Amino acid sequence: MTMLADNISLHLSGFDLLRNISLEVQAGKVTAIVGPNGAGKSSLLKVLTGEMAPTKGEVRLNHRLLDEWPLLEKAQMLGVLPQHTMLNFPFTANEVVGLGRIPHQTGLVKDRQIVSDALDLVDGSYLQKRFYTQMSGGEKQRVQLARVLAQIWQPSAIGEQFLVLDEPTSAFDLSHQKLTLDIVRQLAEKGVGVVMVLHDLNLAARCADNLVVFDGGVIAAQGTPEEVLTERLIDKVFGVKSIIAQHPVTKRPLVIT
Amino acid sequence: MRRIAAPSLIFGLIILLPLAAMVSLTLGTVDISLADGLNAIVGNSSSAQINTILFDIRLPRILLAISVGAVLASTGAVMQGLFRNPLADPSLIGVSSGASVGASLMIVTTGGFIQVGALMGLSLVALGAFLGGFAATLLVYRLATSNIGTSVTTMLLAGIAIGALAGALNSLLSYFSDNDMLRQISLWQMGNLSGASWAKVSIMGVVAVLLLVSFPRESKALNALLLGESEARHLGIDVQRVKRRLIVLTALGVGVSVALAGLVGFVGLIIPHMVRLVIGPDHRWLIPASALAGATLLVIADSLARIVVIPAELPTGILTALLGAPFFVALLLQQRKDV
Repeated sequence: MTMLADNISLHLSGFDLLRNISLEVQAGKVTAIVGPNGAGKSSLLKVLTGEMAPTKGEVRLNHRLLDEWPLLEKAQMLGVLPQHTMLNFPFTANEVVGLGRIPHQTGLVKDRQIVSDALDLVDGSYLQKRFYTQMSGGEKQRVQLARVLAQIWQPSAIGEQFLVLDEPTSAFDLSHQKLTLDIVRQLAEKGVGVVMVLHDLNLAARCADNLVVFDGGVIAAQGTPEEVLTERLIDKVFGVKSIIAQHPVTKRPLVIT
Repeated sequence: MRRIAAPSLIFGLIILLPLAAMVSLTLGTVDISLADGLNAIVGNSSSAQINTILFDIRLPRILLAISVGAVLASTGAVMQGLFRNPLADPSLIGVSSGASVGASLMIVTTGGFIQVGALMGLSLVALGAFLGGFAATLLVYRLATSNIGTSVTTMLLAGIAIGALAGALNSLLSYFSDNDMLRQISLWQMGNLSGASWAKVSIMGVVAVLLLVSFPRESKALNALLLGESEARHLGIDVQRVKRRLIVLTALGVGVSVALAGLVGFVGLIIPHMVRLVIGPDHRWLIPASALAGATLLVIADSLARIVVIPAELPTGILTALLGAPFFVALLLQQRKDV
């Protein structure tokens, strides 16, 4: 089962944001998307999640066209964490994470347990009763992460589950960056297909099964981090001279600039 | 600020509202003791005069205050959620300004005889206000709706534009009015419950029940909408359907209450805001608690309106603001201290 973008193009206000993109996100695998600002990474996520309709091409979730899925069933399979969430009402962390249970009918007791476990997982137990509006940027981002985790906490009977994360670590310190990657790997092992936009090439290299490099609305390269990350590609896409080494412990590629 | 558990607030208001209503029965130009009042209501009436005052004047007026207060406060809560803005209020969708023009137009064109052409106990002014409010909302909604859905930002701007246009039309109508019409227009705009009748109460009551039954079904959707529209969609909410339904219900509710009671300000903006400060933004509690608080405030305000300048009466809208504003300021100060 997959989330599949088939020959997608997106034109908006006279600009070609995406051109002939084909991408397969497999359940149980982590797909990381990297690329310079404005390369079309977030646009692709919007098309993949049904927020924007592609000008050309189609998106399928578990073999069915994305917009043919009933909204509620789609929400039980697909969790989406946007780059920014503008929430300026004083919900507590418990209440925000609880919103992730809206698509499910599992009952109050079960939901409460899931909310508490999800907050625990993102190192946010101490936030439970704190107001979202009074949290730091990193705390807010962790609470939002817990919300989408709560949304796909249990396997769905309808189909394989997917999680879409747009720069999930942008406000995180070192330890929470690592925590996020650990969570993502755990989810993949449980069978969830994860696709995320990252800016840090080394974070991407460490956790991705499939690394996709975007440049100017097209895919410049995709494959395993070892295949994709070359000095030539990084120079071509980012315009930065670098050396590719190997991480002494993880044996993954390490980009040194 | 520390929150109060929502059920406790609702429980308190459920006790307070009937108490306020009972006290309100006794207040007015003619004093009626609580015992006499209750006796009359259960059927052991002492005099015909008391009966008339209670059943034809005060009881319908209190029931109208309850339903108008509940409708204005709950639609306020819903609009603040829909616009994701704690300072939004029902007038944002153009309904109040449209109603104002409709009412003024009727006052000016019918030469100020409010009761001329009364229909089912309702004046032409009420009819004009309702039609004006509904037309303005329809216009604002249409302006903000394209084939990709309704944009709340555009709606906000369209509401401001239509509001300005309505303001200009209103001034124009006032300019061509004589003194008597001017006074009627400005009295209408202050909001007044003194014209209550059983016909008005039954219409308003049906609308209030419809709203209070329909809104709770959308409270989870409203909670999700506070995150943002695309976030709500990713949680399985049919955002466009929810928006359309809530806007239609609000236009209906506010349109009818403005038609029957004029522009009673403050309740729709401040009550939900105050309730949110006390129990938090969860719409499953916020909507019923706001409805109860709005009803209670309007009953108290209307009672005072009847007694502060005996034997005359003040328009109710003046009292809602006079009562609510200091309370709101106190809450804000409290909140500032706690942060």
